[in-house]
Amino acid sequence: MKAKVTVTLKSGVLDPQGRAIEGALKSLGWKGVKGVRVGKSIELEVDEKDPQSAKAVVEKMCEKLLANPVTEKYQIEIITDR
Amino acid sequence: MKTAVLVFPGSNCDHDCYHAVRHVLGREAKFVWHQETSLDGFDLVIVPGGFSYGDYLRPGAIAKFSPVMGALAKFTAKGGLALGICNGFQILTEAGLLPGALMLNSGMKFICKDTYLRVETSDSFVTGRMEKGKVISVPIAHMEGCYIADDDTLKRLEDDDRILLRYCGPDGQTGDESNPNGSYGSIAGVLSEKRNVAGMMPHPERVVEASLGGVDGLLVFESILNSLSAA
Repeated sequence: MKAKVTVTLKSGVLDPQGRAIEGALKSLGWKGVKGVRVGKSIELEVDEKDPQSAKAVVEKMCEKLLANPVTEKYQIEIITDR
Repeated sequence: MKTAVLVFPGSNCDHDCYHAVRHVLGREAKFVWHQETSLDGFDLVIVPGGFSYGDYLRPGAIAKFSPVMGALAKFTAKGGLALGICNGFQILTEAGLLPGALMLNSGMKFICKDTYLRVETSDSFVTGRMEKGKVISVPIAHMEGCYIADDDTLKRLEDDDRILLRYCGPDGQTGDESNPNGSYGSIAGVLSEKRNVAGMMPHPERVVEASLGGVDGLLVFESILNSLSAA
């Protein structure tokens, strides 16, 4: 089963990349842009049959390795084949 | 004093640390490959700088699962002394042996330059030979050195006198202009709760001989030696 993990910085954590991108977007004319945050997207496949157990496995991966709980939060999307 | 210098794939300050201990201090030192599972018999473990595992995912994120890190957790749980420098500091925070985290520099650039550091406590095995308030000059060389921690952790670090060093100006004043990477409170190094694990972003091993451009880093190594011989 495929999963997509999005890791982003927690809201209080300064994001210099996001700030620089926001500045660039403003200078390109999008004056109203705000709250730009940069994260990581990780795609993976796990050997699980149902979405619930896949999500549980990926959650453990996030806690242990994929995200740093001090600075980052994560979102898991399980991609079920249609 | 028998020192282990850990070596991960991508470590690149391991030889400098070895040189400082073996040739400058004249004490026993040994390289320990990250696949090793024991640190028995050592008095000090140095986790050196570099780019372990290419800094993939996050600096130190993959190195923390190397077999030697399990040995290091046991070694430090028994009170053994460990010093992480630069990438070593990043590895120790990732491993949970030190609080906080090291993030991308606020200026988003790799910075390699001499920095002034103010000694914040003498009550540590790495600063014992220095008076509180003393200013030393030690270079930094990193991309992810912005120290952050949540407010509770920062308060605990302050209250417990566990902040080792802060970036400062030549006169010892701290502030934005002398903070190279945006670290909270200009923090350059911290101590663990039991005071036996230390981490710092600046590289003391690079300034241990006049021919290297400075000797202030020697104070760190002499402090370690002193605290071990006093024990």
